[in-house]
Amino acid sequence: MTGWIWFWAIVKILCVVLLAPLMAGWVKWLKCKLQNRQGPAPWQPYLDLQRLARKQVVLADTASPIFRIAPYIVFSVTIIAVSAVPVITVKLPIAALADVIALVGFLALARFFLSLAGMDVGTAFGGMGSSREVTISSLAEPALLMAFFTLAMNVSSTNLSTVISHLAQQHFTLYPSLIFSSLGLILVAIAETGRIPIDNPATHLELTMIHEAMILEYSGRHLALMEWAAMLKLTLYSLLIVNLIVPYGVALTLDPGDLAFAALIVTVKLFIWSCFLAVSETVQAKMRLFRAPQFLGLAFILTLLGMMSHIILEVQ
Amino acid sequence: MLIASLTLPEQVVLTLAALILLSSFLLLAQVRLDSLINIFALQGLLIFFATLLMAFIAGKYHLLISAALTLLLKVYFIPGQLRKLVIRLDIRREVEVIGNPSLVMLFAAFLVLFSYYVALPIRELSLLSTRNTIAISLAVVLIGMLMVISRRKAVAQVVGFMSMENGLFFAAVVSTYGMPMVVELGIAFDVLVAAILFGVFFFHIRAEIGSLDTDRLNHLTEVDK
Amino acid sequence: MALNIAQFAVLATLCSAVAPLVFLRLPYLQIRISFLLLGVSGIAAAWAGGLALLSRTTEQLILPLGLPWLHVYLRLDPLSGFFLFIVGFITFIAACYGPGYTREYIGGPNSVGPLTLFTGLFVGGMFLVLLAADAFSFMLAWELMSVASYFLVVFQHHQEENRRAAFIYLLMAVVGGAFLFLAFGVLAAFSDSFSFAAMQTAPLSPTWASIAFGFAFVGFGLKAGIVPLHVWLPQAHPVAPSHISALMSGVMLKVAVYGFIRFVYGLLGGIQWQWGVLVLLIGSASAVLGVLYALMQHDLKRLLAYHSVENIGIIYIGLGLSMIFSATNHMEIAALALIAALYHCLNHALFKSLLFFGAGAILQQSRQHDMEKMGGLIKKMPVTAFCFLIGCISISALPPFNGFVSEWLTFQAALQGPILRSGIIGAMIPVAAAMLALTGALAAACFVKVYGVIFLGRARSPEIAEARDPSFGMQLSQVILAICCLGFGIFPTWTVRALNTIPQNLMGAGLAGGAADGWLWLTPVSSQTASYGGLAVFFALLVCWLIVFAFLHQPQRDNRIRIAPTWDCGFGSLNSRMQYTATSFAMPIRRIFSFVWLIFEKVEPAVEGKGPRYLLKISDRFWLMIYVPIGKLMLKLAERTAFIQGGNLRVYLCYSFFTLLFLLWVIV
Repeated sequence: MTGWIWFWAIVKILCVVLLAPLMAGWVKWLKCKLQNRQGPAPWQPYLDLQRLARKQVVLADTASPIFRIAPYIVFSVTIIAVSAVPVITVKLPIAALADVIALVGFLALARFFLSLAGMDVGTAFGGMGSSREVTISSLAEPALLMAFFTLAMNVSSTNLSTVISHLAQQHFTLYPSLIFSSLGLILVAIAETGRIPIDNPATHLELTMIHEAMILEYSGRHLALMEWAAMLKLTLYSLLIVNLIVPYGVALTLDPGDLAFAALIVTVKLFIWSCFLAVSETVQAKMRLFRAPQFLGLAFILTLLGMMSHIILEVQ
Repeated sequence: MLIASLTLPEQVVLTLAALILLSSFLLLAQVRLDSLINIFALQGLLIFFATLLMAFIAGKYHLLISAALTLLLKVYFIPGQLRKLVIRLDIRREVEVIGNPSLVMLFAAFLVLFSYYVALPIRELSLLSTRNTIAISLAVVLIGMLMVISRRKAVAQVVGFMSMENGLFFAAVVSTYGMPMVVELGIAFDVLVAAILFGVFFFHIRAEIGSLDTDRLNHLTEVDK
Repeated sequence: MALNIAQFAVLATLCSAVAPLVFLRLPYLQIRISFLLLGVSGIAAAWAGGLALLSRTTEQLILPLGLPWLHVYLRLDPLSGFFLFIVGFITFIAACYGPGYTREYIGGPNSVGPLTLFTGLFVGGMFLVLLAADAFSFMLAWELMSVASYFLVVFQHHQEENRRAAFIYLLMAVVGGAFLFLAFGVLAAFSDSFSFAAMQTAPLSPTWASIAFGFAFVGFGLKAGIVPLHVWLPQAHPVAPSHISALMSGVMLKVAVYGFIRFVYGLLGGIQWQWGVLVLLIGSASAVLGVLYALMQHDLKRLLAYHSVENIGIIYIGLGLSMIFSATNHMEIAALALIAALYHCLNHALFKSLLFFGAGAILQQSRQHDMEKMGGLIKKMPVTAFCFLIGCISISALPPFNGFVSEWLTFQAALQGPILRSGIIGAMIPVAAAMLALTGALAAACFVKVYGVIFLGRARSPEIAEARDPSFGMQLSQVILAICCLGFGIFPTWTVRALNTIPQNLMGAGLAGGAADGWLWLTPVSSQTASYGGLAVFFALLVCWLIVFAFLHQPQRDNRIRIAPTWDCGFGSLNSRMQYTATSFAMPIRRIFSFVWLIFEKVEPAVEGKGPRYLLKISDRFWLMIYVPIGKLMLKLAERTAFIQGGNLRVYLCYSFFTLLFLLWVIV
């Protein structure tokens, strides 16, 4: 029996990893359609990754071993982070590997090596990307943690399986604390995955790059891994948001019928979320860097208010 | 968890209370005058919905009149007057520099905690199921006062003053069954008169000292420097 | 038996201090003997400490030294054992590192004799502080530790700023000692003897307990380096030799934390929640301010010193949480918070020493203090670079290393906050946890800066071209510490189980969950609440890496890598001046948090013949706000009372005469 559980766990991780480029490509296709452009097909990222993996790696002469191992570490750590998030069912044991704080730690480790890789080549672009990335992420961390705290205070656990199954089993209740922390979580997710208005995932202009600046020198299979890791991070945050805000539909057992239904529901939720993301990216412009603290300050105020609403309004 | 035992309309009232607190914070952080007035109107709209729901929950239908009054005054009339005033005074595009917004926000968060602490014994006395929101309404009043202190432009200070009144009204609605109608009408009339008088005074102040920066009023002292 | 081994360790350190004095003409031999004996004493102390911790026993000894009614009481219980283990282990590693590092002081302007003498006395003093079980021997050992470290800090006394920094250090150490005297004095007034056993049972009213707590908090805080009492740390650590900085930062600060824990939990007893809130607030402030000040430094050792302030803040957050929960009678969660604080003590000792040893190696090889002149050192010093990377990852609290585990445990303790009925404290605890998260993220930012500027990129100045990996002893010590950092990160359950005896000893309650689900998962409260599998994470990481590597390096493809000049968007002609410097890396954070520092910034535009110049000076606000006014006040008071020194001989004789009359009258 336990063998089957591990099999399903690996299947889940593989599915998320393999479908992440489709999610990124789909959001891009929606944005193009909204901006009245033809746009690439939603499965274009697969073709891009395949092409990059085939090409030869050209390494800068100033690069050190850190530059070569960073893509592998970033990609592996993001895969492990995915294992902590329940996608279709809450019954998988892999969630015992790490709770929500460890999830934040994994993403921080990936970001650490990404920033180091940016500094490694000794160019101004890399340094700029690393410097901005660490600034924005350090402002986003308190808001992220406060959001998870509010969740944990509601449910008395930081284990994501416990949180989602607890929330899914309650009948519909309007928690102001969860509404606020979800809003804060959405803002933080936009900042951490490098979407507009914090960073533009499609730009290569020097004044507007953050993530792209750090991976500027990468080529070949290394670049494929870095891009895939970024798409995986977007999928990870999307799954986190849709399963925490609307936890209904997550299977509470390992019954195949439940699993199939849950897969359908998750697809619908991701579809709605990607539409929201595409629309929000289209109507906003990228902010200048020193307005990002205000954006993240708003996220922190929202999550702080969520926590205080929990204490003031929701408990005796 | 207490909130799970409330009915859906009561939960919506609690959510609206939290959103009103959020609008207070947003008022503190806004630098542009027209968005300030818009958020103030939004706050009035949220209070209108909350009053409406309280009327149905508690079955006290005189609250519907209070709600209608709130809608008329706080959402349409007073913001409309302020907008017209801002256009006439030609300060529509002025942006205020708030000295150190993060400190102000931190202090506002502390005020919320402080009002929670103060409201703890008061909470015991109320019989309504929405009594947890007393702390929130007290916080809205205090944050309004903070706004009056921390801003320099007179229009922003007036908005702060009126959000104090918003908080008082909200407190009355959720902790008791609304204020007696006489008191309600009296306060509404006071606020109306205040709005008109402020409008008149703004022109005088601007004519005297050339701007609406209330720090410049420091020049009016008895002592010659 | 453990106590006997510990006594042997103390004797070995005293030997290591005294023995080299015999060989004054042979400095190489002096160094070798000193560090050999120091290493032996370190191993003995670590062994004794480990025995005491794991066997859960308490051993006591009363030595008839000293005055007839003031014996020397020694005690080794799990708490002292744990800290003795930390001190002993780091001493042993420093003894491996020492010979290679101090070799360059031979033939210099300062002779190594005082260095070896005072190192032995310093370590011996620390051991004795941990073993002391009565107030007198505690204070004696404490002062020995402070004074010996003063002489170590002032070792390179030919430069003015070194003397000044050491003076500030000594001044604050003495003031701290005075506060400790007052604290012990309050306790001794209510009990009949000076021994800790007597003080534990002293009946104190809550007011007096708070007064004693206040004195102890300031006294131990001055030595531990919490904000605003931290100003000596960033001045003294850069000036001392690197292995001494490692000992001071990694170990001496922990002895201060030990003293605080012993005083509050062991001697005072009835903990009040207000103390816990104070400790929590000061801890959060120290953590955030420490890391923000560290971000702005570009002297490597000063940066590491500010990070010590930050980590002591994190330890104090754990202690504050523990005090709050213990005062409200939630003993199991108080135990969890205390274990988190103790684990962080161990982790900080390990990774901070690792970083200081690496800094010492860099300083020795490149002869530069300033990060802005380094760069690209990973190619020249690969072993140091690898170990330093492990240190950087550990101090940034990233999995799977040890820093992450202690921060995770602190978060788990903070998350139990809602169990407190009070909403005010229940709201303060998540805010403190958010500040802890901010600290962790800023620390990671700082170490990306440090590692990126020093080791990666290109060399920023030609002076560092001669850098190589240091001697074998120095490399070995760093490798051992790096392995320990990984080990304590992937085997947390055993450490937590070993540490569980300390709260059981001090408070009478241990962890609820412990290792309820087996040794693989760390479940401090229960497996439903939270769990972390350190070893599993590490293995999963390796397995993923291997699978991806194998998948991408398929044999039928040509997997060779072509080395080419850096692309840099095709702008060409890159030189090392185009890289980001440490100052520029930290610029966004400096702008956002500008209210924290005192910043003086000047840009001079280019004039003919000279290029543009940029001047940036960042100073500590606390120095200007608190210490300079106190200094001025002291000087003014001193001037007022200077009238006593009339200069007239007969006036001075009058003073003696009248004092004698007064004493005679008092005796009658």
